[in-house]
Amino acid sequence: MAVIMKFTKFALKNLFSKPVTKNYPMQPREYPERTRGSVQINIDDCLFCGMCAKRCPSGAITVDRAERTWSIDRMGCVQCENCVNTCPKKCLHTDVMYTEPGYDKKTDTFRGAPPPPKPAMDPEKLAALKAAAAAKKAAAAKAAQTKE
Amino acid sequence: MANRTIVPFGPQHPVLPEPVHLDLVLEDEKVVEAIPKIGYVHRGLEKLVEKRDFNDYVYVIERTCGICSFMHGMGYVEAMERIFDTEIPDRAKYLRTIWAEMSRIHSHLLWLGLLADAFGFEALFYQCWRMREHVLDMFEESTGGRVIFSVNKIGGVMKDMPTEMLAGFVNNFNEMEKELKKLTDVFLSDYTVESRLRGVGLLTKDEAIELGAVGPMMRASGIEIDTRTLGYAAYSDLDVNIITSNECDCYARCEVRIKEIFQSIDLIRQAVAKIPQGELSVAIKGNPNGEAFARMEQPRGEAIYYCRANGSKFLERTRVRTPTFTNLTPMIHTLKGAEFADVPLLILTIDPCISCTER
Repeated sequence: MAVIMKFTKFALKNLFSKPVTKNYPMQPREYPERTRGSVQINIDDCLFCGMCAKRCPSGAITVDRAERTWSIDRMGCVQCENCVNTCPKKCLHTDVMYTEPGYDKKTDTFRGAPPPPKPAMDPEKLAALKAAAAAKKAAAAKAAQTKE
Repeated sequence: MANRTIVPFGPQHPVLPEPVHLDLVLEDEKVVEAIPKIGYVHRGLEKLVEKRDFNDYVYVIERTCGICSFMHGMGYVEAMERIFDTEIPDRAKYLRTIWAEMSRIHSHLLWLGLLADAFGFEALFYQCWRMREHVLDMFEESTGGRVIFSVNKIGGVMKDMPTEMLAGFVNNFNEMEKELKKLTDVFLSDYTVESRLRGVGLLTKDEAIELGAVGPMMRASGIEIDTRTLGYAAYSDLDVNIITSNECDCYARCEVRIKEIFQSIDLIRQAVAKIPQGELSVAIKGNPNGEAFARMEQPRGEAIYYCRANGSKFLERTRVRTPTFTNLTPMIHTLKGAEFADVPLLILTIDPCISCTER
C-alpha cells in the first residue's frame, strides 16, 4: 500500500499550503538586475555611427545619419544585447521591463538634437589655406609639364 | 491476419511538445510500422551563416532550440575557437560548465514533467515544473534571459557570476536536491508509475549500437559513453561518472535522467569549489580560415558542430548534428510491436526536440 501512496504526502501538503505562484498583477514581478527586457537609448550621446544597426542579428535597428534618427522595431528586437556591447559611446542599455504587447508592430524612433553649427573660420587663416591650395595646384601643373 | 489501419499521429497532439508526424500502421492495437515525417519547423538557420558576421551568428545558432540554447551557442563557439586555435581563460571554461549543467538540470526536469503528463500524472508534472522554474530564475539572475542566454562569445563569455551569486546557486541546488529525492521515490518506486514504464520500449545494447542511439537513450541500454569524459570546457578537472542502466526500457531511461540531475548538481558544486579568478575572455583577431569540429554532451545526447571558414567574415558552412536526429531511428524501432497506448510514452522517452532536428 505504501508503494501506491508515494505521492500522497505531496498532495496533502499542497492542499494546505500557500500557492507557489505569485498573485500577479496584484503582486508585481521583481526582475533581477541583469534581465534583458528592452533596449533603451540615451539619444544625446549618440554619434549615429550605425554600428548597432550593422551588428543587429535581426536587423531591428535603423540609424539615419542625415536625419539624426535612431529607430528600433520593438517586435523585431531579440534582446541579445549585441548593440549594447558594440556601441562605441555606450549610450545604449537594456531596461528590465519588456515591451508591452500590442495590436500593431511598434517602431520607436528617437531624434537627436541638430548638430552644433561649425565655428566660422578666421578670414586670414582661410586666405592662407586658399593660397597654399593654389600653390600646390600650380606646382602639380608644372610637374606635369616638365614630365611631358 | 487482422485488418491493418493507418492512424495519423501528430504534428498536433496533447503529448507532443514539438511537431513530428507519424503514420502508425496498426494491427488491432499493435503498431506494426511507424513512418515519421518532419519538416514543420524548418527555419534555415544553418544557411543564415552565409549572411551573418561569424561573431553575430552566435545569437542565431543559440536560437536553434529553446531548451539546450546554451549548449548550441557553446558548441558553435568551441568549434570557432578551434579554427582560431585559441585557448580561452579558465574562468570562462568553468562558467560555461556551470551554465551547461544548469541547462541539463532544467531540460531533464522539463522532460520528467512531460513524462508524468504523458502517463496522466498531472500533479507530478506540476511538481517537476515548479522545480524547473527555480533553475530558470537562476538563469535570469546570472545571464539576463530565461530561455535564450546570449552569454557566449568566441573567445570566452560575456558575463561573470560573482562569488556570492555562485554560493547562492549552490544553496538553491542543495535545497532542490532534497526535494528531488522525494520526487525520485515517486518516479522510481511508485506502483502506478512503474506499471506504465517497466518493460515498455525495449532497446537492447546491440540494437542501440546498431541504430546509433545517443545520450540517455543509449546509456539506458547499458552503453558507457558520455562526451563529457572527453574533457571539453572544464570537465577535464571534474569527476564525471557515467550513469548507465541495464534494463533497456522506459523505466531505465527515466532512471538515467533522474540520476543525471543529481550528477549535474554535484558537478556544479565541484565547479563552484574549483572556479579560479581571472579574465572572462580573450580577444580574437582577424577572420577565421579553416574548418573544425566540436562535440558536446547535450541533455539529449551527443551533438556535433562543424564550421568551415574561408578567410572572410562570413562562414561557408555550419552544420549541427543534433541528438534527436540520431535518436529517431531507435525510436521507430521501439515503436514497432508496441501497444498503441504506449506510443506517446515511447516518443517521449527519446526526449524529442524537433526544432533542433530541423533547425
